[in-house]
Amino acid sequence: MRALLRRLGQLVAVLALVSFGVFLLVAALPGDPAAAILGPGRPPEDYAALRAEMGLDQPLFQRYFEWLGQALTGDLGSSTVPPYLDVSDRITAALPVSIELACLGLLIALLIAIPLALVSAYREGGLVDRVVSGGTFAILSIPSFLLGLLLIMLVVETLGWLPRSQWVRLSDSVAGNLEHAILPAIVIALPEAALFTRILRNDLVRTLREDFVLAARAKGMPPSRVMLNEALRPSSFSLVTVVGIALGTLIGSTVIVEYLFSLPGMGTLVVTAASQGDFPIVQGATLVIATLYVLINTGIDVVYGYLDPRTRRVHA
Amino acid sequence: MSTEVASTTQAPPVLEVVDLETRFHTARGVVRAVDGVSLSLRAGETLGLVGESGSGKSVLGRTLMGLIATGGTTEVSGTVRIAGQAVHELSGRQRRKLWGPKIAMVFQDPMTSLNPVRPIGVHLTDPLRLHLGLSRRAAKERAVELLDRVGIPDPRRRLEQYPHELSGGMRQRVMIAVALSCDPEILIADEPTTALDVTVQKQILDLLGSLARERQMATVLISHDLGAVEGRTDRVVVMYAGRAVETAPTTELFAAPHHPYAEALIGSVPALDAPPHTVLRAIDGTPPDMANPPVGCRYAPRCNRAQDLCRDQMPLLLDTSPGRSVACHFPVSVALPDVPEVPDGANEKETV
Amino acid sequence: MYMPDPGFVRGTLLRRGQLARRGAALLVAGLVAVALGLSGVLVAVVNPVLIIGGLVAVYAGVDRLVWAARRRRLDLLLGLASAWLVLLVGAAILAPVLPLGEHEDVAATITDPIFLEPFTYGDHPLGTNGAGLDMLARVIYGARASLTIAVMAVTIGLVVGSAIGIIAGFYRRKVDTVIGIFTNALLAVPPLILLIVLATVLDPKVRNMAIALSLLTIPTMVRLARANTIAYSQREFVLAARALGATKGRIMVRELLPNVLPPMLSMAVVVMSALIVAEASLSFLGLGIQPPSPTWGNMILEAEANDTMTEHPFILLVPGTVLFLTVYSVNLLGERAQQRWDPRGAKL
Repeated sequence: MRALLRRLGQLVAVLALVSFGVFLLVAALPGDPAAAILGPGRPPEDYAALRAEMGLDQPLFQRYFEWLGQALTGDLGSSTVPPYLDVSDRITAALPVSIELACLGLLIALLIAIPLALVSAYREGGLVDRVVSGGTFAILSIPSFLLGLLLIMLVVETLGWLPRSQWVRLSDSVAGNLEHAILPAIVIALPEAALFTRILRNDLVRTLREDFVLAARAKGMPPSRVMLNEALRPSSFSLVTVVGIALGTLIGSTVIVEYLFSLPGMGTLVVTAASQGDFPIVQGATLVIATLYVLINTGIDVVYGYLDPRTRRVHA
Repeated sequence: MSTEVASTTQAPPVLEVVDLETRFHTARGVVRAVDGVSLSLRAGETLGLVGESGSGKSVLGRTLMGLIATGGTTEVSGTVRIAGQAVHELSGRQRRKLWGPKIAMVFQDPMTSLNPVRPIGVHLTDPLRLHLGLSRRAAKERAVELLDRVGIPDPRRRLEQYPHELSGGMRQRVMIAVALSCDPEILIADEPTTALDVTVQKQILDLLGSLARERQMATVLISHDLGAVEGRTDRVVVMYAGRAVETAPTTELFAAPHHPYAEALIGSVPALDAPPHTVLRAIDGTPPDMANPPVGCRYAPRCNRAQDLCRDQMPLLLDTSPGRSVACHFPVSVALPDVPEVPDGANEKETV
Repeated sequence: MYMPDPGFVRGTLLRRGQLARRGAALLVAGLVAVALGLSGVLVAVVNPVLIIGGLVAVYAGVDRLVWAARRRRLDLLLGLASAWLVLLVGAAILAPVLPLGEHEDVAATITDPIFLEPFTYGDHPLGTNGAGLDMLARVIYGARASLTIAVMAVTIGLVVGSAIGIIAGFYRRKVDTVIGIFTNALLAVPPLILLIVLATVLDPKVRNMAIALSLLTIPTMVRLARANTIAYSQREFVLAARALGATKGRIMVRELLPNVLPPMLSMAVVVMSALIVAEASLSFLGLGIQPPSPTWGNMILEAEANDTMTEHPFILLVPGTVLFLTVYSVNLLGERAQQRWDPRGAKL
């Protein structure tokens, strides 16, 4: 219980720091937002009035707490760019897209990685292992935007199998949604799959060297049973950790893919806002993303602790 | 009319090994971990396999089973017959069918030989269901019986527990139960007590002995501990650097060893009744590098009886009397008949 | 008797002759595949597969032939990777004095041919882009920009990271907790988002990009330095230094730093490739170095804009291949370095 409280305390501290950092970054900018909004050539009182209205003349910490307070109630301010929508509205629209992409990508990655890792580890150093190892290394060396472009060139242009951009909401049409989501999800999935495969394969190889695997083999258990029952279970713990980390960073790494495929997710939101100088959106979106990331990681830690029977309390 | 009386039981051997070699191709060269060993074992017999770390005894044990076989960077040559079948000529799948019902192994470290994330029960029920085709309930009952037979109290509750919840001695008992589960004809115990407390060691060895007698299992007891082997085995094979250097019935070996290494080993065991401050007799030197073993007798660098002949010519394992053989040019307390120059052919190494 | 076997090749069960024959077969098959792929005889989709598969086969074949010839295996891949990096870095450093075409002055190339295919003319070995700028020159100057930024960022990360990490690991307790919270906070923001946010705020100049990128590396460096510091602090030589009256600062610099640094250097190499990718990603999003000043990222952006890559795939493939080869080579170097100096860290 004490450990949980301590963990919670650290969580809050991290979140506070992140939110402050995000706020600071944007607030400490050179330049005058009021001037940017109103344009040049207006009498000084107008700028002052707008600044007062936006609360820019108050001390930094006060502005921070106000902003934070509003954020906690769901009000993240408004966009400073036409059509001046609510930040929270835009985020609520964009978040599901990113989450769906991330989850789909993760699923595909696992579906690829687990069998590949099992086969590679089964015959360590064999042909499959070496090919997979080289392949994953190569894929991890291709930046995701390049990978995306190459796949687009291949699948969309040459083969014409899948559409290039746009998005169909899940609520509108599942088939349409999948058609548009699958290629971006694959682009996200491939580097993650490469990473998972390598980590799981290494862990499996290590587990396979353990005595209990030899003992299991010596009982006459067929290789498939040995791999799945004996080796996969202990090795899955490191995989769970990595997946947890990946889930968090995926939200951020969908940026490139969303941009490539013109998908209306969080990534595109942030990039467009950044290039337009729409700071409230950048602030709000970053806060949401960072919070999600921290929460997910903490959640993974807790799940991990529960899964491994060695760390569970012994029921005597 | 038969006049030879080598052993009382004339049943065919359950385990037959002829000229077994296990070679590992490493980046540093070929390591000949087992370099030509032959032995045979009948039902109910217990063989002690003794040697220091690196002598190849564990590799031998695993090669006997077929756990180590040709593939990857490993080469096995020679023959191993279990109940008449040549193990290394079988396919992987056929070999797996032997493991459990015909031959089983008890491993050294019970802490690491049980899967830490699976309960004790499945370790037992897995082979029962696989080899004997038992239903889940029947397998569970049999598992309880087995745990009971190896002396684990409250066996039903133990089935659900995890390995880390049991003590070392109990874990090893579980390992033994697992090995026995499909009634094997041959049991290989690879250093079964090395990882255990001294007080527990005796219990485990006693258990193994009674089980072997009860089921008439041929047993190979691998150990570096002479104390474990004395009194519990019928015959002993002493290994050094991958080769068998002496074989003898146990009592005769301990009474009068022929090979200098065997003699040094037996002499190095401290005796409780020796006077205080008796100097421990250790054997100087270290075992040879198995990627580049010396030409000639491999024990020569450490032997206090070594002569030039020893360093030049590898001694062969030759019979000195029925049931005993030694590989030494100048064995202790026995005179070897003159041997012709290195002959090739099948008579070089007599079966033990 | 034990005798060395002349036909035996270390590390494999094959004999020399077998190995050599396999190598030759792979080499020939590979060359054929590459030739087929390049000739364009078969369906377009198959070609990249043929070329890549063929190159891999060629490499595998040469590897085995060398292995059979020298009886031990040489790290051919490492050799190739190092050669590439030496070539690249050399070209990047020497760029101003090399006889290259024009890389960024659009005015100067108004009259030059645009979208020239590579390997056709002697003047422009890698072709020209939509503004007539020479691709080879752009690739090399792009390397200059990317590598400079990456090296600067990693150096800042190393210096700052090791300093903070050693302090955290040495003093522990409150200092460590505080530093830990800051590190976790920095790691809480997905890297690309952090970069984008920073890019909004800062001018896209080389120095600023280096600083922004270094922020990505600092948490990892701090953690590594801290972990190693804690491990080494327990060792006797630190205790001995203390007993001899060394000040805390002296211990940190003289005893801990030299031990903590090597694994950090191999981590630095690993991190370098991530930085090159990060810089390229930023440029691709249009938030980094601005065109016409070339960096690999914005060259690839050029290919993506207006679907240029459909008509002129080489606009994508030239910077793309160079980027891939560089990242791959740095990754390989990093992995080998970690195997040598920090095996515990080398999990990937």
